[in-house]
Amino acid sequence: MLSVAIRHRFGAFALDAAFEAPPGITVLFGRSGSGKSTIVNAVAGLFAPDAGRIEVDGRALFDAAAGVNLPPHRRRLGYVFQEGRLFPHLSVRRNLLYGRWFAPRKVPRAEIDRVVEMLGLGPLLERRPGALSGGEKQRVAIGRALLASPRLILADEPLAALDEARKAEILPYFERLRDEAAAPVLYVSHSAAEVARLATTVVALQAGRVIRQGPAAEVLGDPSVAPTGVRGVGAVLEARVAAHHADGLSELDAAGDRLFLPKVLQPVGATVRVRMAASEVMLSLEPPRAISALNILPGTVEAIHDGQGPGTIVSVRTRAGTVLARVTRRSAEALALAPGLPVHAIVKTVAIAPEDVGGEAHAAHQEPAR
Amino acid sequence: MSWLPGPEALEALSLSLKVSAWATAGSLPFALLAAHALARWRFPGRGLLNGLVHLPLVLPPVVTGWLLLMVFGTRGPVGSLLAEVGVVLAFRWTGAALAAAVMAFPLMVRAIRLSIDAVDPKLEQAAGTLGASRPWVFATVTLPLILPGIVAGAVLAFAKAMGEFGATITFVSNIPGETRTLPSAIYAFLQTPGGESQALALAGVSVAVAMGALLVSELVAVRVAARVRGA
Repeated sequence: MLSVAIRHRFGAFALDAAFEAPPGITVLFGRSGSGKSTIVNAVAGLFAPDAGRIEVDGRALFDAAAGVNLPPHRRRLGYVFQEGRLFPHLSVRRNLLYGRWFAPRKVPRAEIDRVVEMLGLGPLLERRPGALSGGEKQRVAIGRALLASPRLILADEPLAALDEARKAEILPYFERLRDEAAAPVLYVSHSAAEVARLATTVVALQAGRVIRQGPAAEVLGDPSVAPTGVRGVGAVLEARVAAHHADGLSELDAAGDRLFLPKVLQPVGATVRVRMAASEVMLSLEPPRAISALNILPGTVEAIHDGQGPGTIVSVRTRAGTVLARVTRRSAEALALAPGLPVHAIVKTVAIAPEDVGGEAHAAHQEPAR
Repeated sequence: MSWLPGPEALEALSLSLKVSAWATAGSLPFALLAAHALARWRFPGRGLLNGLVHLPLVLPPVVTGWLLLMVFGTRGPVGSLLAEVGVVLAFRWTGAALAAAVMAFPLMVRAIRLSIDAVDPKLEQAAGTLGASRPWVFATVTLPLILPGIVAGAVLAFAKAMGEFGATITFVSNIPGETRTLPSAIYAFLQTPGGESQALALAGVSVAVAMGALLVSELVAVRVAARVRGA
């Protein structure tokens, strides 16, 4: 468990953030300039805030009042940087084992083999970082952080420098990390899709302050939290893969309702998270008939969140969980939407991108798409 | 009249090689420290250090030699202390090595500093987060990455030491077998009737040593750079 409570002032920007990161992935979520990277660097010891305390499992890494400020090398971290930062003069193998030289507890051989296998690094071991692709570099960087036997793993937008295909290659490894690593992971992101797939806990930041923290589904399902703008709003549902069909679709069971998605990687029986962007969800009072959209979830209106502009966000309680729909205020009035009203939420299959679907622990042994 | 170097010339050559090797090896740790301090540390007096390091590059060598004589001569403040423990520099080959080291120092520091500037501090940060303390970061990341600069600096310093004349002759004079280095010997031969052929032979040797040093440094630098780039 990591707990952070820090204050710092840089000119006009004031950082005043407090949160706790339980095991699993805690995502610091916010637009650029909200203070995410500053917090991670403070946790890493790369910068000392004016005031506050940072502790891991009860041990203070930083405590301004007590004058404690451990240097980075004594904090037992694994930091995955945005640009990888692999050592160019060392082979992949020696990059991976770099932290092991300094760890008080030597990572056992079997653990090294497991990490190498989990990240698919076997064929790369003798290569130099200069000969690796962007995605391969990031996989090595993740492995290097893990093998330092860290008590805390930090990742500062580790996918931001990669294209979509490479992101899709790396995301499953972070899912495995979330489900298998004992150390808590503090992960910085400004991508709603990444957050929806990876986060166990979300800490939403705005202008240096924590505006909301809690379990991922709860925070992302709250329309008042939209750190990256209204387009980032979307609910996350859990569903079980029921079948893969020959026409390229996968059928999922979301607490009794059928969902059809473009083919997902997880095997039948696996539980996955599906993010539905609010702007892709339509509402209908009648059960729609003769409509091309394949996903229809019956439910009742839970709340209507008016914001600025012509749009409004309606949260609908379905059997599978809360679904958010972004509709115009005009439509909301025309349908006389009000809490308690039965409605049908409609989502086009093709509106759900592969990056919106993520696997859980037991689904993670599937090879990622290349 | 012979075009081959005679015994006197060979003696000067071997003395010069010894003096230059000691000058280079002895000043390398200090140059590394000075280059690292100038490239990475912010401290009061940094400008002064930078000026001091570069002073021999811009001062007339005779002035540098005379300053060395005043400080390290047997009656100088440092020289007298050293004399008490039995170390004499003035008019000894060790003094020639000191003069050569001082004159070559700025070149070595500059070459090393350039290579330190080229190392991304973010890599050093990354090493720190993986548990490496400052000295370990230097030994395992910084040092391997600046190796080409160190090689280049050392070779440049060696070549400069081989050719050092003004400060050497002022500080330690021109004693055959003790302080008569290659340039001093060439100068002495030119002062002697009929010495031109020996001077020419030594000049040829100087050119060969200098070219050889440059070639070796090129080869080493290319190899090390390829290894460090990680291709």
